[in-house]
Amino acid sequence: MYNVDQYFEPETIDEATALLAEHPNLLIIAGGTDVLIKMHSGKIAQADLLSIRKIKFLETIQKRQDGTLSIGSLATFTQIANDPIIKENIPVLKEAALSMGGPQIRNVATIGGNICNGATSADSASTLFALNAKLKLQTQGGERVIPIEDFYLGPGKVDLKPGEILTEIVISPEDYQDYGGHYIKFSMRKAMDIATLGVSAICRIKNGVFEDVRIGLGVAGPTPLRCQEAESFAKGKTVSAQTLAEIGKLAVKSTKARTSWRASKEYREHLVEELSQRALKVAIKNAGGESLA
Amino acid sequence: MTVNVVGKRVKRVDAVAKVTGKAKYTDDFMERDMLVGKILRSPYAHAIVKKIDVSKAKALPGVEAVLTYKDVPDNKYATAGHPYSLDPKHRDREDRTILTKKARFVGDEIAAVVATDDLTAEKALKLIDVEYEVLEPVLTPEDALKENAPLIHEEYDNNIISDFGYQIGDVEESFKESDYIFEDEFETSIVQHCHLENHISYAYVDADDRIVIVSSTQIPHICRRIVGQALGIPWGRIRVIKPYIGGGFGNKQDVCLEPLNAALTLAVGGRPVKIDLSREECMIATRTRHAFKYKFKTGVSKDGKLIATHITAISNNGAYASHGHSIAMSAGTKFRPLYSFKSIKFDPVTVYTNLPAAGAMRAYGVPQIKFALESHMENIARKLNMDPIEFRRRNLLGEGYVDPLNGNKVLSCGIHECIAKGKELINWDEKKEKYKNQTGIKRRGLGMACFSYASGTHPVGLELAGARIVLNQDGSVQLQIGATEIGQGSDTVFAQMVAEVLGIPVDMVHVVSTQDTDISPFDTGAYASRQTYVTGMAVKKAALEIKEKILNFVWGMTDIPAEALDIEDANIVYKHSGEVVMPLSKVAMQTYYDTVFAKPITSDTSNNARVNAMSFGVTFAEVEVDIKTGKIEVVEIFNVHDSGKIINPQLAEGQVHGGVSMGIGYALSEEMLFDEKTGKPLNNNLLDYKLPTIMDTPDIGVAFVETHDPTGPFGNKSLGEPPAISPAPAIRNAVLDATGVAFDRIPMTPQRVFEKFKEAKLV
Amino acid sequence: MLKKISFTVNGKEVSLEVNPGETLLEVLRKRLGYTGVKKGCAVGECGACTVLIDGTPTDSCIYLAVWADGKEIITIEGIAEDGKLSKVQEAFVEEGAVQCGFCTPGLVLTTTAMVQSGKKYTREEIKRELSGHFCRCTGYQNIIKAVEKSLED
Ligand SMILES: Cc1cc2nc3c(=O)[nH]c(=O)nc-3n(C[C@H](O)[C@H](O)[C@H](O)COP(=O)(O)OP(=O)(O)OC[C@H]3O[C@@H](n4cnc5c(N)ncnc54)[C@H](O)[C@@H]3O)c2cc1C
Ligand code: FES
Ligand code: FES
Repeated sequence: MYNVDQYFEPETIDEATALLAEHPNLLIIAGGTDVLIKMHSGKIAQADLLSIRKIKFLETIQKRQDGTLSIGSLATFTQIANDPIIKENIPVLKEAALSMGGPQIRNVATIGGNICNGATSADSASTLFALNAKLKLQTQGGERVIPIEDFYLGPGKVDLKPGEILTEIVISPEDYQDYGGHYIKFSMRKAMDIATLGVSAICRIKNGVFEDVRIGLGVAGPTPLRCQEAESFAKGKTVSAQTLAEIGKLAVKSTKARTSWRASKEYREHLVEELSQRALKVAIKNAGGESLA
Repeated sequence: MTVNVVGKRVKRVDAVAKVTGKAKYTDDFMERDMLVGKILRSPYAHAIVKKIDVSKAKALPGVEAVLTYKDVPDNKYATAGHPYSLDPKHRDREDRTILTKKARFVGDEIAAVVATDDLTAEKALKLIDVEYEVLEPVLTPEDALKENAPLIHEEYDNNIISDFGYQIGDVEESFKESDYIFEDEFETSIVQHCHLENHISYAYVDADDRIVIVSSTQIPHICRRIVGQALGIPWGRIRVIKPYIGGGFGNKQDVCLEPLNAALTLAVGGRPVKIDLSREECMIATRTRHAFKYKFKTGVSKDGKLIATHITAISNNGAYASHGHSIAMSAGTKFRPLYSFKSIKFDPVTVYTNLPAAGAMRAYGVPQIKFALESHMENIARKLNMDPIEFRRRNLLGEGYVDPLNGNKVLSCGIHECIAKGKELINWDEKKEKYKNQTGIKRRGLGMACFSYASGTHPVGLELAGARIVLNQDGSVQLQIGATEIGQGSDTVFAQMVAEVLGIPVDMVHVVSTQDTDISPFDTGAYASRQTYVTGMAVKKAALEIKEKILNFVWGMTDIPAEALDIEDANIVYKHSGEVVMPLSKVAMQTYYDTVFAKPITSDTSNNARVNAMSFGVTFAEVEVDIKTGKIEVVEIFNVHDSGKIINPQLAEGQVHGGVSMGIGYALSEEMLFDEKTGKPLNNNLLDYKLPTIMDTPDIGVAFVETHDPTGPFGNKSLGEPPAISPAPAIRNAVLDATGVAFDRIPMTPQRVFEKFKEAKLV
Repeated sequence: MLKKISFTVNGKEVSLEVNPGETLLEVLRKRLGYTGVKKGCAVGECGACTVLIDGTPTDSCIYLAVWADGKEIITIEGIAEDGKLSKVQEAFVEEGAVQCGFCTPGLVLTTTAMVQSGKKYTREEIKRELSGHFCRCTGYQNIIKAVEKSLED
């Protein structure tokens, strides 16, 4: 039994934002796979919950006419893994979704919860970083849209203002069309594990040259992050083993890894260098480039 | 037709109950108004309670009782599931009380509450005010052994539980005869059983004022004794019931909850109280597997013959003795029947630290020593430039070996055949050739490791097992044993044994799976891979006795001498022709209802096994190592066992599968971690403690070399624990083969592998 | 604060008032007596508490009972039909996929969902589908065999 006193279950987003405005202490719950775990461990001793599970339209995954992809915050990882729109347009997110937890967790855990929980290890985050995803946050009074990079403030800390609900994750066509990507979750087990490092690489290639490379990393710092130096270096470079090696080296420069009982800083950095290349190699293939040995 | 059921793939007798959800485990029994017991655990690894105030907790509505160390008997007791010894010198160290004033690890039990529900109990725990005097924690065995180390148990002079060892021959002399001396050091980590059902029990006082405890235990009869000792009440006043249990692996061969549970029910006037440990609690506050540090110094001759070995071991026992030094001694004993040494010196020391208490875990100290010994053997063979298999073969002991210290004799040994079979299964020669000159990022390698093990604990422990059989009116029988089914399949093999002896189909044998100390015959329980061997003999004796009684009864009925009769397929038959005399059911009815001769047939026997059979086996493993990431993957793995006659191949394979998968976790990923400064557990949950998932488990190949051991009831020897012994060293040796890097520590986590590879300049 | 909810368990309609902090696991086990649903961790790590919610395998320990309102729940007790073992249960018995049995109900349910999906699975996909279940006894070998057998036409 969790220590829950108040419980609300609105069916529309307006009701939900109104309730939040009225009861600022309410804790939003979606799949509950973070919230309830924290309640079990005592990190959250007691809570009044606002469940957003009944707001059905938040489950929608769609491609708008202009090519913009919109993923409702309540979409579960299973839904994302099986969704034809995701598979066709951003298969790298499908890879990330499938790497997460185990089936029963994926069946209830939502992408919105994954992001709002603020963990650097969130399996969807590095890919959404690489895709320049934007988040739509709604309050009673209005809404704002911010880049996902700005949303993450620190470990477990996100820029979710009182009264706000994450409703949608938006990806613009120019950010994913003609890109190929690949996600590597490096963890101790092949399922039911938290990433030691998450690497999501996407790229666009023309005539053997990188037009664009974007690398998102999880657990390489207190928040997910992008490898700016490596990315700017890569632009316009020939796709080659040397370029990749340099990208790998530069990727490490963007990291702020630390030593914990899970892995040392040195090892994580070593993994960043190696795995960013490996991820990119597959991404190159998926982007239609020649595969490198 | 003869019903020949021993050796057959008979379906588990409890499988249907388990796939339908009908099998009842401790938590599945609903007593009316069951109260909840919860434990206040120390946040410090080493501390003394200066002040404790429970008044606020007591005042909380819904709280029925709050107990601290002041409210429980001050009896020191030992918790290990060992048979009792009448000789006080031979008893386990008694170093515990039900609750403690002194915390000796993070999670130690200071106080307990009884409340109407979970939430109230948890709130009450928070309302207990404790003032601790925090002491310096002792977190490594080296620190514990220091001259002025803080004492973890003040009543002893130091932190050493025991340093008793032995010497066979004279190692120093033998070293002089040796052409080479090799030295190695190895280290294993603390791991946990992770049975799927956590420790759980409930207790109440019945109408006769006796304490009834229903518990997920491997050792109900021992549990009864220990509860009696802890509470200082007559043992007969306690009744322990063991229903189905969701795994134990040795962790429930220890008495963890029951004494407190008994105290809690007494504190609330005998109302039922349940203690249901969370996974997080279970992982620290029950038992773990001892971490060992081993040093080997071994003398070898030019032609690759082992001459002498001097083994030094430090065993990290954690905060309480539990099985204590028995683990180190078991390790030092069970490896002996494998290789021939002229002299052996074994110098173990078992020490207290401020970490969770270590106890029994599958193969009782042997996975640790075997990791070390088989890694050492591999290193030696390589240094001698000898084929590691040939090197081992040259030194194997085999049949006829009599252990100089305990007198156990090897009467059957298939180790050579096991090695040959394993080699063939993994395609050793061909692959060895193929993997000779690898330079890529992913490299493959092959490794192997051997083991020897015992069946039960004779002569160290008393090996007593009871069995009782009752013939029912329809010719079926009930079998009662005090030995416990914990998932390993003992109920099924016992049913097969009875069916075999009695000449009836297995489904006519009803095994009473629940043990109840008021009803079940005495047996010390599930451990030491003893049950099929020791209890099996009791079962066989009971079945033989029943059979004799039945045939004698028929003699009385028919004047056909018992010697001329047999039972086949539930019929009484002429022995010489197989012609049916009458159905068994007819005899059975007569035994109950014949107005003159009625005398229901039962047997009630006990087996005190003063024998022990050595089992043997080998693991062959192939790994692929990612040089850059440090990831090791087991590609193929085969375990080949000589466990004597295999009573049920399907169940036996299942034991091997489970043991090997545990062994893989032991080699590669499993390890309990604690903060180096505070001793706080870091990964006491199933997400952070890395036991293998189905995706991490390769196909596991199993084969048996069936010998016949004359001391086993059907030629059988131990099998429950052995599969977990040799995978880790085989994997380690395969990694050495693939990379040239000799690991001296498990688990070989990617982080550690990376560090070693860096040292070796591979990355 | 109690909430009234209605749902079906193994086809039987149930209405009851629950506390919003209660889990489906607790309601099924303690209030409705479906003790075949097991608890191994209470935090979504082990899969022992898996039930089918509208056909989907779900860890009932981290599923609030209030969420079950209007759902169809299947527990292990609802798998055998008229006392006859289902094909999945048969396969688990036949293949020796059961040892201590504590993980078994959850695994049988997930396998049942796989069979009901009508999909074909490779061995790797089978492993992925089962990867939310820990089993410490069997090394998963006979479980995979049982699942393959269950999925045979
Ligand atoms: C066994 C297990 C394994 C796991 N494995 C992984 C893994 O491999 N990879 C991984 O990344 N994570 C993993 N997780 C963590 C967790 O499942 C994910 O983070 C998940 O995506 C959280 O989603 P949820 O819907 O369950 O979130 P909830 O627990 O419902 O919420 C999480 C947080 O987000 C807030 N929130 C949720 N939705 C919104 C919204 N729309 N607007 C504003 N705030 C919101 C909540 O208030 C809460 O703070 C695992 C968890 C468990 C228990
Ligand atoms: S009890 Fe629910 S997943 Fe373990
Ligand atoms: S059979 Fe025991 S955990 Fe699976």
